[in-house]
Amino acid sequence: MIALEKRPQPSQFWTFAAPIVAVILTMIFGAALFGLLGKPPIEALGKIFWEPLFGEFNFFYLPQLLIKGAPLVAIALGLSLGFKAGIWNIGAEGQYIIGALCGAGVALALYPMEARWLIFPAMLFAGAFGGFAWAMIPGVLRVKFGTNEILVSLMLVYVAEQLLASMALGLMKNPEGFGFPGSRNLSQYSSASSWIDQSNGMHWGVVIALIGVIFAYILFAKHILGFQIKLAGQAPRAAAFSGVSPARLILFCLGTSGALAGLAGLTEVAGPAGLVSIDFNVGYGFTAIIVAFLGRLHPVGILFAGALMALTYIGGDVAQSSLGLPKAAIQVFQGMLLFFLLGVDVLTNYRVRIKQGVVA
Amino acid sequence: MTEPLMKLDGLTKAYPGVVANSDVSFNIAAGEVHALLGENGAGKSTLVKTIYGLVKPDSGTMTLDGVPFSPAEPRAARAAGIAMVFQHFSLFEALDVAENVALGMENPPPMRDLAQRITDVSKTYGLPLDPTRIVGDLSAGERQRVEIIRCLLQDPKVLIMDEPTSVLTPQEVDVLFETLRKLKSEGTAILYISHKLEEIRALCDHATVLRLGHVVGTCIPRETSAREMAELMVGGTLHVPNREAGAVGETLMKIKGLSALSPAEFGTSLKDVTLDIRAGDVIGIGGVAGNGQDELLGVLSGEIRVGPGQISFLGQDIGHLPPDARRTLGICAAPEERMGHAAAPDMSLTENAALTARKRKGLTKNGFIDWGKTRAFAEEVIERFDVRTPGPGNAARSLSGGNLQKFVIGREILQDPQILIVNQPTWGVDASAAAAIRQALLDLAANGAGVIVISQDLDELMEISDLFAALNEGRLSKPRPAQGLTVDEIGLMLGGAHDMEVAHVD
Repeated sequence: MIALEKRPQPSQFWTFAAPIVAVILTMIFGAALFGLLGKPPIEALGKIFWEPLFGEFNFFYLPQLLIKGAPLVAIALGLSLGFKAGIWNIGAEGQYIIGALCGAGVALALYPMEARWLIFPAMLFAGAFGGFAWAMIPGVLRVKFGTNEILVSLMLVYVAEQLLASMALGLMKNPEGFGFPGSRNLSQYSSASSWIDQSNGMHWGVVIALIGVIFAYILFAKHILGFQIKLAGQAPRAAAFSGVSPARLILFCLGTSGALAGLAGLTEVAGPAGLVSIDFNVGYGFTAIIVAFLGRLHPVGILFAGALMALTYIGGDVAQSSLGLPKAAIQVFQGMLLFFLLGVDVLTNYRVRIKQGVVA
Repeated sequence: MTEPLMKLDGLTKAYPGVVANSDVSFNIAAGEVHALLGENGAGKSTLVKTIYGLVKPDSGTMTLDGVPFSPAEPRAARAAGIAMVFQHFSLFEALDVAENVALGMENPPPMRDLAQRITDVSKTYGLPLDPTRIVGDLSAGERQRVEIIRCLLQDPKVLIMDEPTSVLTPQEVDVLFETLRKLKSEGTAILYISHKLEEIRALCDHATVLRLGHVVGTCIPRETSAREMAELMVGGTLHVPNREAGAVGETLMKIKGLSALSPAEFGTSLKDVTLDIRAGDVIGIGGVAGNGQDELLGVLSGEIRVGPGQISFLGQDIGHLPPDARRTLGICAAPEERMGHAAAPDMSLTENAALTARKRKGLTKNGFIDWGKTRAFAEEVIERFDVRTPGPGNAARSLSGGNLQKFVIGREILQDPQILIVNQPTWGVDASAAAAIRQALLDLAANGAGVIVISQDLDELMEISDLFAALNEGRLSKPRPAQGLTVDEIGLMLGGAHDMEVAHVD
């Protein structure tokens, strides 16, 4: 009989080994999946993991890695705060949209004024504030009325999507756009563009994600607030005894994750996406949940996880176009990654014992 | 004396690095209540696990009814007539009593018959229990009855009880003892493990004392004083806290007409509690568990906030202050539940030191934690309170209950509080460590702090308190000098006779 035995201490070894083992297992089972689909498995893995980084066209893919990775990392960092404290913000996608709308709204209202020193900071503020405010809705409802923040934040994603459609087709529609849906292109409006170096994929969202990693790292390693977040997640009663106010913690975690998602949305709309359009959001807010867990809610882990996730997106596209792999297969592949990670993760806190006989 | 029912001969069991049992031999006769005594880690658990088939001894033999007995697993032990009630219950809260009992049986009879048998057994042995009730709604004492009845349905020859009274109220203890005496009169042998020496004196016929895996003595508890037994256990003279009637100083904290709703669903709300705490006082608060002890600690620690005018500290109204602000003023607390309340199980001892000590020990600066200083403080607690652990980097959950208790109490005492409130300070702690904790509490009071000790151990309260008060359904009796209180008077106070002053004129 195989039994799981709780370890007295979480295993140091498995804390670090688990993500690596999970990636390896994903590769093995992913290869099997591709093989069963009649595609060359090794080549498919090569297309996903090798081609974007070291292939012939990496000058095109590497910038993409930054573009796709930055919003994932920024949003996942924010989510990880709450997840550590047992506060589940599932609606980062909505906060991302609202952040983008608020920031874009500032830019569009001031168009065509030439004052980057004023407009871009104002957009950053508006974007952060938009995401923050949207996340405050589930936050305040939970604190005041005890509602479930998972449901409220998730539902608000769909509200935000409707709002986005309405803006793209109405208020924010480009008056010179010949009737096409979508706003003016912000990335071409020099006062509002979030690009720093478009050819290398550098934009302010990347900078924000990296600063976020550093701040989150310091927060958890050194600051009492990070300690309290961990404490509240692990032992809520001990946290209350220690003097942590649950209400303030909920508002802080939801607010911060909302603001980061809003910033990610804003830098996306003013850069890589360029304009407010109906299909502006592509699911970063949801994928970031996977990234947060893949990075075991650790800031540096999230940085790597975001890069890995972005790689599977880009590599998946490569495999789709060059090998004709179905999109669903790539999604299954990404799902496997989370599945194996959570599975292997058990070994951090438990050890497997093979026992003879049964203990009642 | 007739042939003993069970003979243990030369049982030895070594684990890597420690000999848990070394050449342990003793006999248990039918109809005997045999106490197994020893400090934490003396080898009691290993021994009963050996009898119950959970541990295989390295050498030594056991005989049951004259037949060699070496159970390979608990099922074999149960079949031979050994039953065990564990300290921690293994019950499913969502199922009812009969279903839980059925789950522990090899061949459960049909549910209807089983319910009838449970009712019969519970009547015969005076253990009131309704087989249709859901276990989640039962008190700790009732849950224990489920476990006991599960054992009794097997008609055991030997019943092993591992610290059965640690979760019981005094009334429940009485019921349990009645049951055990009845079982004894029917010829069942009972192996009884407990820390509570007075209980053993009241109940047990023989006692075997273990220390570091060896049998260091046997005695007849009725004829031996608790102190002698404790000294056998610790292997030296027991350090009894010396009580110096220190000078009582100014009033530090005033609680006046305090009422607070319990945040817990089935908690007891506090009603009109009034108490003055003076410097140098040790106030013992007794009472049956669940009469508002947790709530009183919560109100004083700041976890439960109360309205203005109900608690003041040195003239300052503090009812609205959160725990951290109260610690800054010098009010520290140690709750009863160590895992998850007083300490975070998955965090290291260093992190757990920061849990309460950061304000008073200056462990944070501008919100940034000085981990070096925190670690040093954790090390100080570990050293001063003899916490057995490889180091402060270990997770709290890796410590035994008694060791974690020492850490928690030490963490608060070393913050040098002006008021310290502790709930069950020595629960699950062995005799010598308990004595050390009590002495530390007394020293704290001698240095001018006010100490409130909430405990269900009346002996402990009588030993260290200057004043004694009792909690009953959320009401606190008027505190009275502990010296000279008789058992009857204490009983009346615990029972809620608040107007004792009328009957008792000093």
